[in-house]
Order: sequence, then structure tokens, then C-alpha cells
Amino acid sequence: MSDQVLSFEDALERYDPTFGLEVHVELNTETKMFCGCQNAFGAEPNTQTCPTCLGLPGSMPVVNRTAVESAMRIGLALNCQIADWCRFARKNYFYPDMPKNFQTSQYDEPIAFDGYLDVEVASPDGGSETVRVEIERAHMEEDTGKSLHVGTSGRIHGADYSLVDYNRAGIPLIEIVTKPVAGTRASAPAVARAYVEQLRELILALGVSEARMDQGNIRADVNLSLAPAGSGELGTRTETKNVNSFRSIERAARYEIGRQAAVLEEGEKVFQETRHWHEDTGVTTSGRAKSDADDYRYFPEPDLVPLAPSREWVNELRTTLPEPPRERRARLQAEWGFSDLEMRDTVGAGALVLVEQTVAAGAPAQAARKWWLGELARRANETETELSALPITPADVARVQALVDARTINDKLARQVLDGVLAGEGDPDEVVAARGLAVVSDDGALSAAVDEAIAANPDVADKIREGKLNAAGALIGAVMKSMKGQADAARVRELILEKLG
Amino acid sequence: MPQITRDEVRHLADLARIDLDDAELDRLAPQLEGILDAIASISAVAAEDVPATSHPVPLSNVYREDVVAASLAPEEALSGAPQVEQQRFEVPRILGDEQ
Repeated sequence: MSDQVLSFEDALERYDPTFGLEVHVELNTETKMFCGCQNAFGAEPNTQTCPTCLGLPGSMPVVNRTAVESAMRIGLALNCQIADWCRFARKNYFYPDMPKNFQTSQYDEPIAFDGYLDVEVASPDGGSETVRVEIERAHMEEDTGKSLHVGTSGRIHGADYSLVDYNRAGIPLIEIVTKPVAGTRASAPAVARAYVEQLRELILALGVSEARMDQGNIRADVNLSLAPAGSGELGTRTETKNVNSFRSIERAARYEIGRQAAVLEEGEKVFQETRHWHEDTGVTTSGRAKSDADDYRYFPEPDLVPLAPSREWVNELRTTLPEPPRERRARLQAEWGFSDLEMRDTVGAGALVLVEQTVAAGAPAQAARKWWLGELARRANETETELSALPITPADVARVQALVDARTINDKLARQVLDGVLAGEGDPDEVVAARGLAVVSDDGALSAAVDEAIAANPDVADKIREGKLNAAGALIGAVMKSMKGQADAARVRELILEKLG
Repeated sequence: MPQITRDEVRHLADLARIDLDDAELDRLAPQLEGILDAIASISAVAAEDVPATSHPVPLSNVYREDVVAASLAPEEALSGAPQVEQQRFEVPRILGDEQ
């Protein structure tokens, strides 16, 4: 069953969208939130568990100091107040991936609250504008285990049974909740995306999470509602769960605007519910209604004592904050010598951190930009993945550029090197060696190829002898062709001119 | 004074995944009401300057350093599982939302 969807333009003509985002950030602490089990991605199932994170009777949690510190640093970086006293709370519900039958979270006493993030988005006139996204709260909680659904469907629906791995259960999570963001009109999906992108940038700068969306380190829920245009009202919202790429955040928001508009146009009411985002088809489908199941019966966690972070501690953490995102972008733009347009495209492509890391690995800024926004952006687009999820590191890209600069390879071969790295054939040097991609600058081989080219093109050779140096291009082309693109073009040109000059 | 209805008891039973029949609901609703009445009598003597107590001992700021401790071996972790497959806990079919 598919829903009716109004076109985005028609929907916006009649309705104002308001959105809010809940972003879960998995911290990169050494250990879990309440026990000493290792926090690492990709271990064998159920090798990182203990009585506490398995919820066995008699076990007692103790909170991870570093996780609390990371939570406060995130809060401070988002311009939040830090609670001078707060407690954990039990959120009670039954689900097999949560062995205690409650999630240890925070309820009405979050560690951080009342902040904001100024988000830069491209404006329709080609410039950029700043939208202040207000932060309601950032609170601490724990992740759940991972379920594998066994059955013919491979999905939860129609599964025969499920298999649970509790390695992820208890990994520290910070949930960051925005206030409703209204008045962004047609930019709403782009602002939602830019908020998560720039939040991720901040998280990376803080160094508190690996922040890889493809590994689920950052997960977003998108709340969205529509109200009649100009009414200033707030409509009934839906919550689309686990939208796990920047691109999907924008798409899911757009889709919900169109879907809800179609519902309202029919004179129906938007149903307050959880919806699921389907990456493959680009639609959301109905999950469960907000109902009794949301009766979580929160109460203060008796096994964890209250937190009362001293103001000295908070102030000390304040001194460890990275520079604010806007100042950071201004500094990077100046350092890299990017035009406003180049900078906007870099930010827009989610490539700011990648370019920064590539430059840090030794590449010139313009070269870093060229690879990420050109060749690699094209490949990310083709495979519908995020740039940062491509299986190539900034160090690899810097190495490819270094090989070009050293004239070991040329731009054309560099693309083949990227192909090899993306195909998992190893780092750039390994790909060059395995595929035999290095250009030939050995004079013996080149000289022979040049002699052949001259012999095969006597007219061209005569022109060059007469001083028409532009004609050399034809001979270089012939040499490149005979050497399958692997000749050092600059050296070939020198040899031609030496022989005919 | 608290008034707890049969419907509320049914709702609580649903949340707790306890299957109660009509006779049990009739019997338990007044009992729960009695418990709530008893608790309410404490509120009657606690003046406004007495904060609600969540923790009996006035202790705060107990932290654990972020240092890895030994985990259970997977065989130990799984030893209480009724069914194991692929080194994972096998659980009955899950109905409802994927979290």
C-alpha cells in the first residue's frame, strides 16, 4: 500500500513545515556506559558482555566518568546549560534487545539543556544563510543490543525468530533533541540535513565519537508536522525513525511534507505515529501509533547516585572545546584560499572534514577539494552513498595527489588508482604496484616510443623542426597511445623537442 | 485519596505483560488502591520542605574510570540462554517495532 503524496511545491504553497530532530551519538569511550566491557565495533557476537550489561540479577551499574565528560563537552559545544544536579531514570519497556527490560536514560533532568547550533545552509539566491537551531536538551543513555531476524523475509515482519547480540547493549549514547524548528519553509529539508551534518562536524572536532553514520554511530529521528501556511499553528507530527544518512534526512523530510500535505488535502487528520524510512524506495511507512506502548513509567534510577558536576569541572571542560563551527569554517576558508562558492560546495557536499583531513595528510587544499568534490563525489552519487562512507581515507587521497605531484602517475592513472582503492585492492601504492599503473619516465622506453612516433608522423615532425612547437601535442598523443596512457607527458615533450629542436 | 479503576489495573497488567482474568482484576484493583492509600498517608505528614526521596543515602558523583575490565566468555554469557544460535541469544518472534 503506498500513500498519496502531494508535490513538494504544492505542499509548500498550502502548508508550513515544522521539524525537530533527535540525534543519537554513540560515544567512543574505551568502555560501556555503566560497566567495564569494551566499546568496540565489529567484535564477535556476545564477546563484550558482563552481568551488568546483560541485566543479570544482582549486578550494579557505575557510570563512566569519561562518558559524562563527553556528554558535558557536547552540551557546552552546543551552548547548553549544564545541570548542577541530575539523575538517571529507568525507561521501562519490553524488547529483547534490552535485557534489563528498561533502558537507563535521563528523563526530566538532562545533563545539558537550552542550547543552540547556528547552521549554515545554501539560500535559494545562491548565497548562504544562518539558521539557529535551538537545542532542547542533550541527555545520557545507553544503546541496545543488535537483533538479527531469522526467517524467509530477513526482516522483522515475517521472521520466525530473532538472534540477539548484546555487544552494543550499554554503549554510551548521547541523545540530542532540538526544539521545533519553524519558518524555514522550502529550506526545511535542507536545514534538517545541514543541522545533522554540522552537528557531526562538531562531534568530530570534539573527538567524542567516531561519528560514522554507516556504522550507526550517529542516528537521527526526524519529527515533522504541517500547519496551514501562515497560520503560525503547530500540526500533528510524525516521527520517522533511524534515518541514517544525510541524504536520507533531506529525502525523508521532503517525503513527509508531501505525504502529510496529501492527507490534509483530503480533509483527513495526520495520525501521530512512528514511521519507518525505507532507503531503497524513498518512502516512509506507518509504524506503530503513539499509544499505551509509550507509557514508559520513568522513575529515578535507584542503582546510580545523582550527578552533581562541580562548576570547576564544567569550566575546565569549557577550555577544552574546539573552535565554534562558524569560526572554524571562516578560518579553513582563509587557510585554503577557497572562494565563497568553493567553500559552500565543500560544506554542502559534506566534505569539509574530509578536505581538512586530506590537507592534514599533506595534499594541497585545491587538490583535496578537486578529488573529493569531483571524482569521488561522482562515485558516491553513483553508489548512493555518503562521501565519508566511501571505502577510501583522506590519507589515501593525499597519497594519490602526492603520486601525481611526483609524476609517478598522471591524472588519468590517478582515477584508476582511486578505482582500485575503492575496490578494496589496498592503499594507493599497492594499487599502483599491483595494476602496474606507474607512468614510464624511463628515458630508454620513452625514447624508443618517441622515435616511433616521429617516424610514423613525418609531417608533424617537420612542422616542429620549423619551430611550430604546438604541433608537439600530436606526437605526445601518439606516444601516450602507444604506451597506454602510462607515459610521463612532460618528459615525452622534452624528448620530442630535444630530438627535433 | 487515590482511586484506581479496573481499567487502570488492566493497563498496568498489559504493560507488565501479565495476563489477568476478570476475577483477578476484581481482586487486585482494591488491593492496589489500599497500597496507594498507605503511601498517600506518608505524603500527608511530609511537609513541602521534605523533598521526594529517590536515593536513601545522600551520595552523589560516584564514577568509574574508563578502563576496560574483563568481559564474560561468550559461553558464560550465553549459558543462561534457553536457545543459542550463531553465538547469539535466540528469542521468540518479535512483534512490533524494530528499535
